[in-house]
Amino acid sequence: MLLTPDNIQALWLTARVAALTTLILLLLGTPLAWWLARSRAWVARPVGALVSLPLVLPPSVLGFYLLVALGPNGPLGQPMQALGLPTLPFTFAGLVVASVFYSLPFMVQPILNSMQALGERPLEVAASLRASPRDRFFHVVLPLCRPGIVTGCVMSFAHTVGEFGVVLMVGGNIPGVTRVVSVQIFDHVEALEYAEAHRLAAVMLVFAFAVLLGLQLYNARLARRTSA
Amino acid sequence: MSGSCLRLNVRLARDDFTLAVDLSLPGRGISVLFGPSGSGKTSCLRVLAGLEDRARGTIVVDGQTWQDSRAGVFLPTHRRALGYVFQEASLFDHLTVEGNLRFGFDRTPADERRHDWRHGLDLLGIGHLLNRRPHELSGGERQRVAIARALATSPRLLLMDEPLAALDAARKAEILPWLEQLHERLDMPVVYVTHSMDEVTRLADHLVLLDGGQVRAEGTVTDLLTRLDLPLAHGDHAGAVLLARTGQSMPDDQLMALELACGRLLLLPQTRERMPAPNTLVRVRVMARDVSLSLDAPLHSSVLNILPATVTGLEPDGPGQVLVALDIGRADCPARVLARISQLSARRLDIRPGLVLYAQVKGVAMVR
Repeated sequence: MLLTPDNIQALWLTARVAALTTLILLLLGTPLAWWLARSRAWVARPVGALVSLPLVLPPSVLGFYLLVALGPNGPLGQPMQALGLPTLPFTFAGLVVASVFYSLPFMVQPILNSMQALGERPLEVAASLRASPRDRFFHVVLPLCRPGIVTGCVMSFAHTVGEFGVVLMVGGNIPGVTRVVSVQIFDHVEALEYAEAHRLAAVMLVFAFAVLLGLQLYNARLARRTSA
Repeated sequence: MSGSCLRLNVRLARDDFTLAVDLSLPGRGISVLFGPSGSGKTSCLRVLAGLEDRARGTIVVDGQTWQDSRAGVFLPTHRRALGYVFQEASLFDHLTVEGNLRFGFDRTPADERRHDWRHGLDLLGIGHLLNRRPHELSGGERQRVAIARALATSPRLLLMDEPLAALDAARKAEILPWLEQLHERLDMPVVYVTHSMDEVTRLADHLVLLDGGQVRAEGTVTDLLTRLDLPLAHGDHAGAVLLARTGQSMPDDQLMALELACGRLLLLPQTRERMPAPNTLVRVRVMARDVSLSLDAPLHSSVLNILPATVTGLEPDGPGQVLVALDIGRADCPARVLARISQLSARRLDIRPGLVLYAQVKGVAMVR
């Protein structure tokens, strides 16, 4: 057996966090991107900047604020507790919530780019063909922005898999609950278990490369199809 | 649908440009909006389609109010029974040709459908393309699919914004015959934007001349093309369009007789392989540079078409040239053509309005 049960547990946990995060981001990020692409309101600019914040912020800073906000005395944690909901830090759910914030720009940016590149014309054409605004979103915007949506999902998943600083802050290091692969690797190194760290790191490396290669091939195929 | 019409009285103010038009267009045939770029042609079309939400005024199409700003009525584009053909075909890349054609048809309320989504297939010759993807089509094919897609929604009004402008000459020549055919077979009015004189002469029934966001002139194409006070009648492309019926063919001499509405006959060389059958309505173009004038009936001339004419006006046209408007019709049925002659000839012959003379027409071309 190449991987120890601990390592497999960490991999499985990471996959679950990343998959759930990606799903939530898809449902949240697509309408958000559409609003950012269409809105002429002033407030769309600061929201756009806010969405991009995790791109430039050190993960520990983001994790720190999430920890404070979600904690029992935090502005989000307190009302949650009042409603009888569990506090999120150091739980699986907390990890997912933190990941959603952390990976938000990776979902929103590619979708936003493809929506902006779409321009006004397909929407006007669809309107002249009797499609209502809602209809236009689902049957013209979404299919035409599919490359951006696929890219957003892949990037969000991969990025969530690779998170470390936010996890340590919000999730801690609980086996099976919050100990994801990146944390596990860190633990191995701390314990001088270089061989274990190596195996897990190699899995991550191969995974990341495969994901990015897949994305490249997908985009190349699209480019060939539209330029033909 | 004949008898009904299209009323448009709108204003659209932009930072650097104001469109203000008040038009009544005929309820059938092709009305062409013509003018230089920036004259407001496309804006006018977009206002009709409801794509400019800042436009104010009234739009009534076929008895239905699409917009009445005073009453607070503004039908959004998808509630207006219109077809819109854009300059670039703008087909949906994620759908096949059939998917594109069905897109609008499926969204048209059943009681508004006048025909099946296949209606445009024969009209535009695209039946063999149904399973193709837009990127597999030529530019001309794409534009034909776009037109068929617009027709599939059974529109009450078809709007076309320079549908040929993005195509090269060969593709234009490929589509124009289809457009001419549509003209005869469509049961809805068409508003067509172009800046091509060729498209005006071949397609327009009614012509609206726009300039700086305002209507400079409007009327039938035969009338507007020969009005000396308008820029259309000047320049190298100046010429008249006349409506005629085909008459006897003279196969030995490769000629065909055409009878103008006023009863005058013109002889036309049989240049096309297939000439229209007798008694077909056609339109012919007589360029101003192909018409010369003579005070006496030229008895021994090689020119086939020599017609008595009355001078109705003259205007200087370029260095040393004069443009003369002539009526070759009869009192109750005028038919105007233009002649470009030298300033010297005009002086020598003392050309003036009311003068009766002979027009020698050296070239007549059937444009449709």
